[in-house]
Amino acid sequence: MPARGTIEVNDLYCKGCELCISACPPDVMALDKERLTPKGYHPAHIVKDGCTGCAICALVCPDAAITVYREVTKSPAQQAAAAGG
Amino acid sequence: MTTLATPENLVYERPKAFTDVPTHYCPGCTHGIAHRLIAEVLDEMELTGRAIGVAPVGCAVFAYNYFDTDFVEAPHGRAPAMATGIKRVLPDSIVFTYQGDGDLASIGMGEITHAAARGENITVVFINNANFGMTGGQMAPTTLPGMRTTSSPNGRDVETQGYPIRMAEMLATLDGAGYIVRRSLHDPKNIRMAKKAIRTAFEVQVRGLGFSLVELLSTCPSNWDLTPVESLKFVEEKMVPYFPLGDYKVSPSVSAVKI
Amino acid sequence: MARELWEGNQAIAEAAIRAGLEAYFGYPITPQNEILEWMSRRMPELGRAFVQSEAELGAINMVYGAACTGARVMSSSSSPGISLMQEGLSYIAGTEIPVVLVNVMRGGPGLGNIAPSQGDYNQICKGGGHGDYHPIVLAPASVQEAVDLMPLAFDLAEKYLNIACVLLDGSIGQMMEPIELPPMREVNHREFPWAVSGAQGRERHILTSIYLEPNEEERTNLRLLKRWQEVQANELRYKEYSIDDAEIIVIGFGTAGRVALSAVRLARAQGIKAGLFRPVTVSPYPYERVAKLAKQAKVLLVVEMNSGQMLEDVRLAVNGRTPIEFYGRLGGVVPFPDEILGEIQRVAKKTPKIVDDPAKVWLKRMEAVTK
Repeated sequence: MPARGTIEVNDLYCKGCELCISACPPDVMALDKERLTPKGYHPAHIVKDGCTGCAICALVCPDAAITVYREVTKSPAQQAAAAGG
Repeated sequence: MTTLATPENLVYERPKAFTDVPTHYCPGCTHGIAHRLIAEVLDEMELTGRAIGVAPVGCAVFAYNYFDTDFVEAPHGRAPAMATGIKRVLPDSIVFTYQGDGDLASIGMGEITHAAARGENITVVFINNANFGMTGGQMAPTTLPGMRTTSSPNGRDVETQGYPIRMAEMLATLDGAGYIVRRSLHDPKNIRMAKKAIRTAFEVQVRGLGFSLVELLSTCPSNWDLTPVESLKFVEEKMVPYFPLGDYKVSPSVSAVKI
Repeated sequence: MARELWEGNQAIAEAAIRAGLEAYFGYPITPQNEILEWMSRRMPELGRAFVQSEAELGAINMVYGAACTGARVMSSSSSPGISLMQEGLSYIAGTEIPVVLVNVMRGGPGLGNIAPSQGDYNQICKGGGHGDYHPIVLAPASVQEAVDLMPLAFDLAEKYLNIACVLLDGSIGQMMEPIELPPMREVNHREFPWAVSGAQGRERHILTSIYLEPNEEERTNLRLLKRWQEVQANELRYKEYSIDDAEIIVIGFGTAGRVALSAVRLARAQGIKAGLFRPVTVSPYPYERVAKLAKQAKVLLVVEMNSGQMLEDVRLAVNGRTPIEFYGRLGGVVPFPDEILGEIQRVAKKTPKIVDDPAKVWLKRMEAVTK
């Protein structure tokens, strides 16, 4: 099962350049045409399920606008250990 | 709905050495990526408190607003000389310059060549986007043959306007140079390799192993008149063939470094 | 300390070292190569920084960088090299940090020659690089005086966050005179509140000369001007010889002033009431003192090794009140005492009229002589 992740795009920095959208492997991002940042750009955001927290968007972002989270999942052995088995 | 955005799940956030100031660079300009990579390296190597940056004249003239380090502003092209002055009196500081193609390869040609020849223990980040960005997109020493710029409106004519200069190759001929490489910022894989190179360059300085320079093929969407995404393609398809990526000088002591 | 025979350039270099010089960056150019060469041996000997740069352009920028750390740093050069340094000097002035420069003038313009000249007075005293700024300029007339002015140059530069230039010519640079050097001072790296050194444990420092906002730039310029006014009020220096009852006051700086002194003494021996006013600070210029002397004198005779550059400062001070005569030699020609004595005798015999342009009158006489 693929990892599950999410991102936060900071409106203060995002310039709507779309490099993240183009680079996103599961293609889950787009510009938010409903909103404008304080500088007047349409910021990027996740538009559908499927973010894996791969952080490639943050890797290509020229403005370090993206914070990336990926769900920490335990392996079966770790789950067993946690259950005290 | 539970959120995944928890501290335990944090995978990446804005580096600390990158100040909380929105940059003035154009949307999609890879100056931002280069800045971010340097900031990440300063964070990871815990060099922020020791670093002194030298800003160029060019789009990055206000680079000092974006790094949480001491900074000085150099006259156009003179950053390697200023860096030399600083490093020679404060050898324990980590001195880096950040320069564009006009600053480094045009007016600053003398200063960069001699800093490399002297083996000054400084780190140079060289942004190559094949034009003079800040002044409106004029021809640079790195402009490709046939490439249109505001001072080569019919495309660079090598007969009258000469050929581009490959700085990494040229500086690598100098015995004083310790680590000279060219990378690119046009896709995730190359950005990762660029970061590794920047990290190596700073390691070279920290360990006193000589002069280090990382040339980064970069975009200029505004002056190339392309979208940011199209600009990345231009780098991949047109610039990389002319400015091949690779390691041009890795002195024996540097190749022994394991990071 | 006993007096020793030293060459001017070497003595100047050693005096800077003894004043706690931390870094020297320079490039060879005659007639000051001995400064670079002396530094290349002594600075590494003492564990201090030395680099022969790729050119004067590199040197002044290395000085700029090192000065940003608060280090005591200097460069030296001569006319064509000083021209190359103007960009860096302007940036240094705009960044408001201390720097010392030794300028050993030679014949010009252009490549000129390596003979002594004073043709760069305007270049260094009126700024030289772009923008509204004033270097402090000290003009010694002997090797001992140059040695004495070196530590003062560093102190003034640091006190006023200004460029301080010691201005001489090839003859003082090359001559050997018995001098007394000051005792050796250890390097004392001062912690200036603005210096860059790595921001660990404090707020970061940024040193720049950019002020994009015109109002900010105006404030900066006014700040520079205010500090310059303090320099003008507090740092004027000059020497006067046989001035009290002098009717003919000769005015000259550096080597020209030194040769003129010999002429003044010869004139006095002949019963002519001549005196010498020799500015030591040519920037700031002692206008008030010259204006005062103009009231007492029948005529002022300005002697320079150029076409009349300090002459303009004298004219400014005198403001048309007293006749001014000019005697200049150019292109590396050094006047002899008897030439100046001849001028003193001429104006003693017949007081000249007040004219619009003393240099014009002089040029007519020169044409007759140098045909």
